[in-house]
Amino acid sequence: MSILVNENTRLLIQGLTGREGTFHGLRCLEYGTNLVAGATPGRGGTVWEGKVPVFNTVKGAVGETGANAALIFVPAAFAADAILESADAGIPLIACITEGIPVMDMVHVLRYLQDKPTHLIGPNCPGLISPEGRCKMGIMPGNIHTPGRVGVISRSGTLTYEAVNQLTTLGIGQSTCVGIGGDPLIGTSFVDLLQLFQEDSETEAVVLIGEIGGTKEQEAAEYIRSHFTKPVIALVVGTTAPPGRRMGHAGAIITGSAGQASEKVRALREAGAHIVPSPAEIGSTAKRVLG
Amino acid sequence: MKVHEYQAKAILSEFGIPVPKGGVATTPQEARRIAQELGGSAVIKAQVHAGGRGLAGGVKVVGSPQEAEATARGLLGHRLVTHQTGPEGVPVNHVLVEEPAQVSRELYLAVAIDSVARCPVVMASEAGGMEIEEVASTSPERVLRARVDVATGLQPYQCRNLAYGMNLPGDLIRPTASLVASLYRLFETKDCSLAEINPLALTVDGRLLALDAKLNFDDDALFRHPEVRALRDPEQEDPLEVEASKFDISYIKLDGDVGCMVNGAGLAMATMDSISLAQARPANFLDVGGGASEEQVAQAFKLILSDPQVKRILVNIFGGILRCDVAARGILAASQERAIQVPVVVRMLGTNAEEGKELLARSGLKITLASDLSEAALRIKQAASGI
Repeated sequence: MSILVNENTRLLIQGLTGREGTFHGLRCLEYGTNLVAGATPGRGGTVWEGKVPVFNTVKGAVGETGANAALIFVPAAFAADAILESADAGIPLIACITEGIPVMDMVHVLRYLQDKPTHLIGPNCPGLISPEGRCKMGIMPGNIHTPGRVGVISRSGTLTYEAVNQLTTLGIGQSTCVGIGGDPLIGTSFVDLLQLFQEDSETEAVVLIGEIGGTKEQEAAEYIRSHFTKPVIALVVGTTAPPGRRMGHAGAIITGSAGQASEKVRALREAGAHIVPSPAEIGSTAKRVLG
Repeated sequence: MKVHEYQAKAILSEFGIPVPKGGVATTPQEARRIAQELGGSAVIKAQVHAGGRGLAGGVKVVGSPQEAEATARGLLGHRLVTHQTGPEGVPVNHVLVEEPAQVSRELYLAVAIDSVARCPVVMASEAGGMEIEEVASTSPERVLRARVDVATGLQPYQCRNLAYGMNLPGDLIRPTASLVASLYRLFETKDCSLAEINPLALTVDGRLLALDAKLNFDDDALFRHPEVRALRDPEQEDPLEVEASKFDISYIKLDGDVGCMVNGAGLAMATMDSISLAQARPANFLDVGGGASEEQVAQAFKLILSDPQVKRILVNIFGGILRCDVAARGILAASQERAIQVPVVVRMLGTNAEEGKELLARSGLKITLASDLSEAALRIKQAASGI
């Protein structure tokens, strides 16, 4: 079992015919993802790589193929439009890989999604993967994952791979791994995903990886304290980051004391999470907690 | 992206927000001429991308054009050190020469993004001036907030509520509300990340005047605002950071001696934390990006080699889209242009890690390979003690 994606996921890729879309589309297919359609305006009626039909509109793709998830590789200037197009076509799960979407565009997107049932993962994220269901909806290297019962949630890309690799090396498999994105304004939060993992009978524990900036980890801590009954293994990076400087991710900037790593660690520890003492010990901490 | 105060005020003016009379000068003679036109007395303000100018001697009141010239001479071409700049300071290449204002009250007005509510928020306070941050943290209720629903936009009643909330006299409610609406329009039109007027002065003759202003712009939206991008002043930024930005490398200079090169911002922070846990200090944050090319890796590595503070280097690559062999080739290319004279520890994992390590091992360069993060940090620690 898993959350959000599984063997019934029918994936559509917006921007499939572009360089990034093609590169990652092929890797999703290789992994076993059920990639049913591409959407690129002007390329409708063609067949991508001799395998997957391409449509001019998302609505058209959904109608013909029954796509129920969308992965977005559209340039930043057009990405907000792409998200809205999929949401409007009724797609319940959207992952947006694109980095550098203007903040005001995301304000409008999130306002539109407020009353919709759509889960938006990202933007500026690696996407999500469920090893058991052989469904990779993102840009993560598939081969480091192994099926199992630990959920992974992270604001980062390569650091998520680091965490997954440490888990897999120690024989700890994953139910679903989700990169929620490094921007200050994102669709799905730590709390939304913890709720889903709480309800997922196949997930026994969650590895949560946070970083400096904002208050998302504190919100997660509050939910863990009040509602979450499974063990949480947590790491917050950016202890050495100076205040006021943006550490790569648009959201990774300390603007007040709540944004500091130490404050986030304190909140998570007080909520009962098991704190990972150093980034090299994510796997070993999980191993110890799981017994 | 940040801009200078004089540039911010020009944009405020475009949006109908009143600013003091004056002009910008790049020479002492120009400063004298502007002061002359203003009638003699003036305020001379050093134009730098850093706060704390007043306390650092960057803002001075002068009584005559001669004094304006002498004051400008003391600022232009020098570096200003404030509590926000670091000991090297930032260069002063422009001074703003303005008419002095007779101020009766100092208000605060700003628009920013509220990332929890996920919408713009307008903030106003009657406790404007230098202590606003103090006020905001000790008595947050003295900063009024109006969140904007972008489906409907900022409403006139919200602007009026802020104006009434600042306890302004009745005849100033309407002009203040209109100024609030203008600042919000500016924020939205220009894709700002912050639009702040502090202080917004109420003059003794009953006018509103933006005495100081700060506009920061969303870097990701600059593509649709070429007129804003043109205002960038690279001289206010760290030269290594400017160099890095040319190659789309995310780089921030820090004060330790361990140079680090990593792919991915989160992993870069994790690497810096590991260095610090090994009782060493990172010399920089550097994310070459998820899909970096050999060229970008080479530029990034050269950047680290060119930093005289760097005494040892840790490379941490988790191959995914960026393959480890590509990263290794980038390091080798850089080392041919600039000799490596400090110990280098490389940890590579993921796509084509074996090829990457093989390339480095065969290169004849003195590179130590580490298999995981803790070993990498340990090797860096040993590199300091010369083992």
